[in-house]
Amino acid sequence: MSGVYVVVEHDQSCFAPASREALSAARNLGETLQEPVVATLIGEHIPEFAALCEEYGVVEGVNLNDPKILDYGPELWGQALAELLVLRNPRVVLTVGTDRGNEVLAQASARTGVPFVANCIDVNHDGVWNMTRLQWGGSLLEDSAVDSPTIFLTYAHHSMDDAPAPAPKNAVIDTIDLDLDPILARTMVQDRVTLTEGTTLSTAAVVVSGGRGVGSAEGFASLEELAELLSGKVGCSRAVTNNGWRSHADQVGQTGTRIAPEIYIACGISGAIQHWVGAMASKNILAINTDPEANMVTKAGYAVLGDLHEVIPAVISEIRHRRGIDS
Amino acid sequence: MRILVCVKRVPAPGSRINITPDALNVDTSHLGFTTSPHEECAVEEATQIVEEHGGSVTVLTVGPPEAEEQLRYAASVGGSDFVLVINDSGEDWDPQQTSNAILEAIADLEAADGEYDLILFGNESADAGGYQIGIKVAVALGRPAVNGIKGIDVNDGALTARREVDIGYEVYTVPTPAVLGVKEGINLPRYPTMKGRLASKKAEINKRESSALPGPQQKIRLHQPEETVTETQILGDGSDAAVKIVDLLDELGVL
Ligand SMILES: Cc1cc2nc3c(=O)[nH]c(=O)nc-3n(C[C@H](O)[C@H](O)[C@H](O)COP(=O)(O)OP(=O)(O)OC[C@H]3O[C@@H](n4cnc5c(N)ncnc54)[C@H](O)[C@@H]3O)c2cc1C
Ligand SMILES: Nc1ncnc2c1ncn2[C@@H]1O[C@H](COP(=O)(O)O)[C@@H](O)[C@H]1O
Repeated sequence: MSGVYVVVEHDQSCFAPASREALSAARNLGETLQEPVVATLIGEHIPEFAALCEEYGVVEGVNLNDPKILDYGPELWGQALAELLVLRNPRVVLTVGTDRGNEVLAQASARTGVPFVANCIDVNHDGVWNMTRLQWGGSLLEDSAVDSPTIFLTYAHHSMDDAPAPAPKNAVIDTIDLDLDPILARTMVQDRVTLTEGTTLSTAAVVVSGGRGVGSAEGFASLEELAELLSGKVGCSRAVTNNGWRSHADQVGQTGTRIAPEIYIACGISGAIQHWVGAMASKNILAINTDPEANMVTKAGYAVLGDLHEVIPAVISEIRHRRGIDS
Repeated sequence: MRILVCVKRVPAPGSRINITPDALNVDTSHLGFTTSPHEECAVEEATQIVEEHGGSVTVLTVGPPEAEEQLRYAASVGGSDFVLVINDSGEDWDPQQTSNAILEAIADLEAADGEYDLILFGNESADAGGYQIGIKVAVALGRPAVNGIKGIDVNDGALTARREVDIGYEVYTVPTPAVLGVKEGINLPRYPTMKGRLASKKAEINKRESSALPGPQQKIRLHQPEETVTETQILGDGSDAAVKIVDLLDELGVL
């Protein structure tokens, strides 16, 4: 039993940005455990695979291939890793905890009985596996111990630096031809629909967000206007989506979107931990709230105490004034 | 359609999640409890499917006796049968024990009343976030499973499921019986009606024990993530702050 096998995530042969984090994390864990790192590609060979491995100091790769793997499919990908376990007897199989990463390792774990621990931020081994992992979407941490020779794990997305470290020599890629049960193709992607292009809530530089304090769906008109003036996006809290004031696509937080704008303007939002965890990666936070004790106010870098329905229109007219637009 | 929904009772903390002195649990002495959000939507989705296509919605939870509260809530918004697998250890079971307890219950329920066409889970539980119990159940049953689902259409013998990705969605066509993990946003859960509330009081809860054994994962302790303490700069009161806010936006280069 040896080797840290790292699954390199891709979508239709296009490497996911998270795969770079995964390779960086695997290299670190390989050094800690004194184990070789083997990059693992599921599906048809991708010509750039070897170069990607080399960029991260990884000189060994395997390509788990089966002509039935025409696209992403949790069962096909999970079973491919289950077969890797039998063929190569790895000590660790890991990737980054994206939607697909967690799903594929859970599938592989279910198919092999090897324990799976999701969203780790720290892993080591001293007779048993010791990991620190995220609970509550990162609002709380759990130290866990797992007594098992082999372990499947994911590192929490965005918890590892993307740290290239060129390899001293060319990577050698082995191809392993699999013959998976064709029934597993029942969960392969059948089609894709593109809804948005350009800026999304998760990539916007400015997010103007409203909470219960906005009071109604109509109350969002001024937030919309401000967001538009700043080429930003409108966000909201779960209280707002639960009231049907806005679509869930706008929700920021543990069960919504995680954002990382240059500035987050949080209006009438108390800052519950589940909301905060989605907003805390913002570079600057401005809270507008009537309550000086609100968590959002005490945690924000900037705050304005007052009624958002007075503050926001005043900000809009100040911007219009400076830009020489008549209001 | 016969649908089973697996839900978890979780605490509903406010500005901070406090931990018990032994560091093993969330301190819930001042907290209310709720159904983990993705699963609340799973119950709503099952209810909508059954309203349109007929069938039944069984809601199952593994938890302390108090988890009856979440099953009664489900009864007030659409469930038809309710199963509580009692774990009175005072702590969550690990993923292996929980999934085996669910499998045990499913085996009995299906032997008695027939196979479930669809079993719904949340994408992940709100507290533990292990990302695996639904998938473990599906694989043990030999049924297809897809997570991250934000839309379900029912056609003859198959389900069309939409999975959210950054710029849109992926489409899966999955034969039944199937297992899906759904995410909040798939629908807007209804609030209980007066009639629903009354019905929920009378709902019968099928309570059962489990013989599932612990798995290899052991919780050692919970702790808080490192927090960066920020000094809040108050820009002013009310509309008088507008000038300073716009100065700030200018400074940050987003004006
Ligand atoms: C498992 C779980 C997951 C969750 N996930 C999320 C999530 O992803 N995202 C999320 O947002 N929440 C989430 N929640 C809900 C969260 O706990 C809070 O209930 C929610 O964030 C509260 O929303 P709010 O701040 O808008 O409302 P409130 O807490 O009611 O706060 C309203 C705020 O508005 C202020 N206010 C009122 N009037 C005005 C005014 N005129 N001008 C200025 N300020 C005013 C008040 O002082 C107060 O601070 C989750 C909860 C659970 C249990
Ligand atoms: N104690 C439980 N009782 C019933 N269902 C559960 C329980 N724990 C988790 N689940 C289900 O399994 C899903 C995944 O949980 P997890 O693997 O903990 O992220 C949840 O969204 C629930 O649908």
